[in-house]
Amino acid sequence: MLTRLLSGDTPRSGILTVFLLLILISLAFAPFLFPGTKSLETAARICIFIVLVASYDLLLGYAGIVSFAHTMFFGIGAYGTALALSATGAGYFPLVWGTVAGAIVAAIFALAIGLFSLRVKAIFFAMVTLAVASAFAVLVSQLSWLTGGEDGLNYRIPRELTPAFKLIGGKVFGVTVNGKVLAYYLVFVASLVLFLIMLRIVNSPFGSTLKAVRDNAFRAEAIGYRVVWYRTTATVLSAVMAALAGSLLAIWLRYTGPATTLSMEIMIDILLMVVIGGMGTLYGAVLGVTLFILAQTYLQDFMGVAAEATSSVPLVSALVAPERWLLWLGVLFVLSVYFFPTGIVGRLRERARASGR
Amino acid sequence: MATEHSILETRDLTVRFGGHVAVDRVSCRFERGTLTAIVGPNGAGKTTYFNLVSGQLRATGGTVLLNGEDITSMSVPRRTERGIGRAFQLTNLFPTLSVRENVRLVVQSRANKGFDLFSVAACHVELLERADHVLAEVRLIDQADRIVSALPHGDQRKLEVALLIALGPQVLMFDEPTAGMSVDEVPVILDLIRKLKSDMDRTILLVEHKMDVIRSLADRIIVLHNGELVADGEPAEVIALPIVQEAYLGKAPEAA
Repeated sequence: MLTRLLSGDTPRSGILTVFLLLILISLAFAPFLFPGTKSLETAARICIFIVLVASYDLLLGYAGIVSFAHTMFFGIGAYGTALALSATGAGYFPLVWGTVAGAIVAAIFALAIGLFSLRVKAIFFAMVTLAVASAFAVLVSQLSWLTGGEDGLNYRIPRELTPAFKLIGGKVFGVTVNGKVLAYYLVFVASLVLFLIMLRIVNSPFGSTLKAVRDNAFRAEAIGYRVVWYRTTATVLSAVMAALAGSLLAIWLRYTGPATTLSMEIMIDILLMVVIGGMGTLYGAVLGVTLFILAQTYLQDFMGVAAEATSSVPLVSALVAPERWLLWLGVLFVLSVYFFPTGIVGRLRERARASGR
Repeated sequence: MATEHSILETRDLTVRFGGHVAVDRVSCRFERGTLTAIVGPNGAGKTTYFNLVSGQLRATGGTVLLNGEDITSMSVPRRTERGIGRAFQLTNLFPTLSVRENVRLVVQSRANKGFDLFSVAACHVELLERADHVLAEVRLIDQADRIVSALPHGDQRKLEVALLIALGPQVLMFDEPTAGMSVDEVPVILDLIRKLKSDMDRTILLVEHKMDVIRSLADRIIVLHNGELVADGEPAEVIALPIVQEAYLGKAPEAA
């Protein structure tokens, strides 16, 4: 049953299994295990980014396609939901059709980009996606009558998903079960389902063909696979998943703007998370995202504590001063890429293989 | 015979690279259940001729006919679907995947399941069984779980042949299949090729440098020289031709 749910793609490493279970349990019970607004925000961000980064890995790690337009698809999904909700007001109907419309628009964009440019060299495709994504970001910030420009859109979501709504009067494990908790579970369950769908896709005959195309497109054609169609389908699927992740973000934040969805910074974060976790394995996305977002959110606090503790040591305390957190984040990445070139998951599986035989 | 098409035919097949004519008006027919060896010195256009037939290269002139159908402008995957299969001279595999997965991908393409998105690939037992059957035939089954890039060169050559056998097309094109294989493995592969021809009635084109391999397998030899077809006939008579002795075997004739 569990193997079927995971599409036969078990973690294949004891340590990895432990990590994944730890993350799953933490996310599943986040509102109760880590009460507080900031930790719930972090947990929801981790869920959404797992979907986003896994969908990027579907493209980069499985199909071997380098794209810089992933945040564009993320943004299309987010703006789809946001525009529908701002146009017609809070309700489940606009929420659903906005999400569906966003996914469809993302699919059409991906199909167009794929068919026009996946026939050519990989570097050219990467450049085309970069150009299209930049143009899209400029367009969104210019069309302020529609998108709210740089300020973005604020809108209301159904009341049942807001803190004002109380599901039950009392507290459960000392936590009030309000609409925010419900919204979190919407995000969590949707992310889990999307992740399992992607896990199925990469382990399907289609997924195995993508790996063949990535390894040797020339030979894949010679054994009868139409490479362009496989690449294009992978691009479309990945774009739809990214758009759905964007919609989840739009619902969770009740705000959509260029900075939260379309910025180049997010694109680079996605790349880093894929590489740190491990390319070509969706579990890599889970680990990469969790580590990255935890570091992004809590490194500063942690360094504050460290600076306090070492305040008597002159040079060290200056080095670990909280405002230097970006420096240390950078150092962590360089080290992780240097020591785990196949990513954390790749490394753990190598270890398991070595000790297993 | 007049109304019946040859399984494969090229008419005035030509390709030019700038001013250089790599394959020059080659017209040739290949019949079912025959093995034709293509010989000629390096640079004679043997592999280029293969590329034109299997579609990796587009002809600048002439036509390729498969069962009488013009396939000259078809893409590689479409030609593969129609029944042309190719093994490569330089090993051309899926390096990060396992040996079994390499063969399974071919079987999967053959079964037309590549676009199946929602089943688990590992659950298609019939595809895996077929892959293992082919691996057993080429004696690679005990290496099935190894990653291809870690495989010795000789085994990679065997896998190259295995992929074409798994594809099982009407026309099989082998480009020096036994190059780089150890001496005791060569007969295994030659037996397999022989079986494909006589038991399965397939058409086989073979580029080969080793005269003993050609003698033991070929029904017919064609000779390419500077892109032109210069000789075509029974192995014994073609090998005896002065142009072959000179261009292909060097000045000193090999002792028969």
